[in-house]
Amino acid sequence: MATVAQTVPSPAKSSTPGILLPSYSLWLREIVRFFRQKARVVGVIASPLLFWLLLGSGFAHNFRAGSNETGQSFAFYFPGSVALIVLFTAIFSMMSLIQDRNEGFLLSVLAAPVSRSAIVLGKVLGGTTLAAAQGIVLLVFAPFIGVHLTLETIGLALLITLLMSFELTALGFAIAWPMDSPQAFHAIVNLILLPLWMLSGSLFPANGASGWLRMVMHLNPLTYGVDALRNALFPATPTDFPLAVNLAVTVGFCLLCFAASWAIVNRRTTKPAA
Amino acid sequence: MTRMVTMSQPPRTTSPEAIQTLAPIELDAVTHKYGNRLALDSLSFRVEHAQIFGLLGPNGSGKTTLFRILSTLMVPSAGHARIQGFDVGTEPNRVRQQTGIVFQARSLDIKLTVAENLKHQGHLYGLSGTLLKSRIHEVLGRVGLRDRAKELVETLSGGMQRRVELAKGLIHSPSVLLLDEPSTGLDPGARRDMWQYLGTLRDQDGVTVLVTTHLMEEAEHCDRLAILNEGRLVALGSPLELKSQIGGDVVNFETRSEEAAHAIAAAMDNRFHVQAAVLGHTVRLEREQGHRFVTEVVEAFPGQIEGVSVAKPSLEDVFIQRTGHRFWNEAGSDEAAVQKGEK
Repeated sequence: MATVAQTVPSPAKSSTPGILLPSYSLWLREIVRFFRQKARVVGVIASPLLFWLLLGSGFAHNFRAGSNETGQSFAFYFPGSVALIVLFTAIFSMMSLIQDRNEGFLLSVLAAPVSRSAIVLGKVLGGTTLAAAQGIVLLVFAPFIGVHLTLETIGLALLITLLMSFELTALGFAIAWPMDSPQAFHAIVNLILLPLWMLSGSLFPANGASGWLRMVMHLNPLTYGVDALRNALFPATPTDFPLAVNLAVTVGFCLLCFAASWAIVNRRTTKPAA
Repeated sequence: MTRMVTMSQPPRTTSPEAIQTLAPIELDAVTHKYGNRLALDSLSFRVEHAQIFGLLGPNGSGKTTLFRILSTLMVPSAGHARIQGFDVGTEPNRVRQQTGIVFQARSLDIKLTVAENLKHQGHLYGLSGTLLKSRIHEVLGRVGLRDRAKELVETLSGGMQRRVELAKGLIHSPSVLLLDEPSTGLDPGARRDMWQYLGTLRDQDGVTVLVTTHLMEEAEHCDRLAILNEGRLVALGSPLELKSQIGGDVVNFETRSEEAAHAIAAAMDNRFHVQAAVLGHTVRLEREQGHRFVTEVVEAFPGQIEGVSVAKPSLEDVFIQRTGHRFWNEAGSDEAAVQKGEK
């Protein structure tokens, strides 16, 4: 062994780091960065509040009656509002991926012996945490629109908000990874963001829509998240799909987006990685 | 000396002989293309244990491409590169565990403190708890930044940030350290400190160091050098070896124009039977007893010589001898010209 020790000196003390430690570290970094940038903290808390204030004021004169001129109740729009806030924060949180790449930070992560899934998981959980936090700030107002708070309602609403945050952040990751500029990312995200939300049952129920629109809505994964939130907050009201279907599709889309992101990152090619 | 090689040494390196010939870095016909452009043309060389090895070349010579391949961020189009016996193309994670990397551009998170950056890096290499704490303490001590551990990276000077980069690359005690243009943005004092420190790593820790550089005076610090030009290996050896391969002195005659230079070179060949090269307005040749030859030439071509220099060969002379053009080639590849123009 003596000769061996001469040719291969100072053995690396590290072992294979596994998935949890690097993911945790990447997640923690996102959170620490978030709290160090005070403007972002203000934004995350203030925007759901503002949203509630404006939405609530719009419905104010027939707040008691619980419906506006078109007959849709405030309660109907509430799950969609949560989805909207989560959607924006989740997808745009992955803008940080482009920043990490341009600032060189990503390069040192990619050159570390970390499983690529740990990189995706850490980044996505970071964005998920921030998006879900925002959704939860808005959910706090649920009792004001007549949601009866039970342990089940709270637990289910939190779970669905987390799942929606995760799937949308992972989607944002897959979109952001190949992009080299924030502008390009913006352009692509803007293209899909509004249709994704408008056709998610947030504005009108899928079962009320006609033909092709209804089909598109059924193909939109966000539809099931919004519907699930409706199941959770208003268990008595009938919705487009049963809760089990909504949860299954949402979890499925979480896995799909994660797998897509992982596949993109895992690719090793003869082109520069970052 | 009964240290384990690595806990996970693969079973195929069985015989001690096989292990003994293992070079920390080994290139075997490494070739790389970007589309149709050949960036690396069948590079083969070895870097021996505990050496500071320099990769010298002008911009566009393929240094960065090779650095990307060695740091496992890109797979070569053809050929193999191995670090401690592991193939960078097929066993990237094994390579990554052995290798510390200091990139040319900043890779630190400026919103985190120095210690947070190192902690994060340690986590990526599977270090945690008290072991990680002691590693952070050690590497910060080595780069002289222990008292800055709790400061945000964005508040540090550029030179200090480079030192943190170095500490970051060393957090997992790698056996091979790769540095891409490490003296970028360092003042002369900081450069000297860095080279001293690389020497310490080599001598005390037996670390094999590979440095890319486009600076001749930096290349002089290396134990061995590979000089690259347009993706090809043009010279390999210690700076002293390479320079001593040039016979005698290097003599340069400045003339008025390129035409004059060509005319004088031809006339010299006629009269003195020397092979002179023309580089722009300059006629350049290698000759023993250069100072004697100068007087002969100046007398032979009265009024046509504008200036004369006689010098011991430098690494640039090695480069010129091997490639037939200057290190910063005016008529060279577009890329070199563009990158020069940026400065």
